[in-house]
Amino acid sequence: MAIECTPAERMVAAAAREIENRDIVFVGMRLPLLGFLLAKSTHAPEAIGIYELGIIRDTAAPRPILTMGDLPNLNRAQYLADTADVMGILQQGRVDLSFIGGAQIDRFGNLNTSYIGGVDAMKIRLPGSGGACDLASLARRHIIVMPHERRRFVAKVDYITSPGYGDGPGWREKMGLPRGGPSAVITTMGIMRFDAESRAAVLTAVHPGTRVASVQAATGWDLAVSPTLVETKDPTADERKTLRRFDPEGFWTR
Amino acid sequence: MPAGKLTSLADAVAKWVPDGCSVALCTSLESLIPFAAGHEIIRQRKRDLTLIGPISDILFDQIIGGGCAGKVEAAWVGNVITGSAYRFRQAVECGAVEMVDHSNLTLAMGLKAGALGVPYLPVRTALGSDLVSRGRHFAKIACPFSGQPLCAVKAICPDAAIVHVQRCDADGNAHAWGNLGVARDALMASRRVILTCEEVVPTEIIKSDPNRVIVPAFAVDAVVHVPWGAHPSPVPGYYNRDHQAYLDYRDDSRTDAGFAAWRRCWIDAVRTVDDYRRRVGPERLTTLALTRHDFAESVDYGY
Repeated sequence: MAIECTPAERMVAAAAREIENRDIVFVGMRLPLLGFLLAKSTHAPEAIGIYELGIIRDTAAPRPILTMGDLPNLNRAQYLADTADVMGILQQGRVDLSFIGGAQIDRFGNLNTSYIGGVDAMKIRLPGSGGACDLASLARRHIIVMPHERRRFVAKVDYITSPGYGDGPGWREKMGLPRGGPSAVITTMGIMRFDAESRAAVLTAVHPGTRVASVQAATGWDLAVSPTLVETKDPTADERKTLRRFDPEGFWTR
Repeated sequence: MPAGKLTSLADAVAKWVPDGCSVALCTSLESLIPFAAGHEIIRQRKRDLTLIGPISDILFDQIIGGGCAGKVEAAWVGNVITGSAYRFRQAVECGAVEMVDHSNLTLAMGLKAGALGVPYLPVRTALGSDLVSRGRHFAKIACPFSGQPLCAVKAICPDAAIVHVQRCDADGNAHAWGNLGVARDALMASRRVILTCEEVVPTEIIKSDPNRVIVPAFAVDAVVHVPWGAHPSPVPGYYNRDHQAYLDYRDDSRTDAGFAAWRRCWIDAVRTVDDYRRRVGPERLTTLALTRHDFAESVDYGY
């Protein structure tokens, strides 16, 4: 189909496909908001969405929202509570899946959203963790959604805001993290997953028209490529229509 | 109605937010942000404050731009729908503001420890992160029962909390609803509490629904009636989020000159709540009004 979809639409559609029906999903800011709504309106109608503000929903918001604190996202919620309550549910291990964004990532899925250059040689101060560190630490699996650029995909992050697999196998266990770890990185070029043994990122899918060489060129380490590499499916016309319904102005997806 | 603790915003901030104090703000995260009180802090040219809050949306950026903060204790400082907070970024990069980095869970637990009167609370988050390796407010400890690694989060006891609520009585018995973030714990962990509210109501209204009370009067020092006091953030039951204000602020705050102009317009030229409302404009305020009310069923507290 010769529809032109935007990189953001591709990322949102890929994120939505990671959600299974009845999953309890901790929904992060920005694109993940739409990913959850898309999944909820298509293949995962019984998924539950948890938002760090202290909101739990079992239905899509009745009107389009730009951010999770918009009042339609509170209307007829399943539970309105404190941040500590929803973070407690996460810490207990009840959250199946979470989504976060990132500014800088390395091959073990560690994320930096705090200090480019590190604390002592700081070049750029970024906004910080928010709930991202908690989602990366405590969800059963978490998914990272971010633009694919060489300056963002580095061999080693300058600062670990949200822990991935640290320096490789056994690191999370040694640090005392109770579970989880990144399960996929959805980018503007494709999808990476993490090798069960080495814990390093492996390119498992590319978006239509994207060459592996281009992905490698935008990645700051020697990228492993899966022998079963596939092409992602562009969002269907129905999926795009649903996205338009939730993001009518195209604020997040244009 | 008895005057109780009712006071002006100027007096409340002058009295309870002295230079050098630590103040918790923005405790319901994206909603009920006490913008009017934060703007009064800038107007009074407070200095060397420690700002405490999980994700401040743009209010911390504004207070930092106003030169009022020496330290920020937060999980995230930015503009929720656009990303970067330019004044914050510049202040931290040049060393003018010291940063104490939290996650949302650790900040919530720091305030909860303060509210519970214990020196710390353990969490299982952030282990292995540089939040913990670089933060003196964290310590790696072993569980005394199982020996498993935990992160201890030091209690946070702010000198003051400023919280916006929908309604309260003149003494500070307050109702709030919606997502409450860390507000409940911030109110109990802080030594002083300023409430700003959409409406001051008779005590009987608050007493009719004690489960909706976010803080009882004995823990409150000042009550300020500030309708639209959380604009442009949303207030459940009162008004929607004014997205355009956040988009405008992104553009206004990019440069020193832009911020100075923003400040002249929105801080220095504003003296009263009416000034502020006039500046936003009646048409725009109308567009933020609730268009679909949805009232809860009442409950029976009888005996």
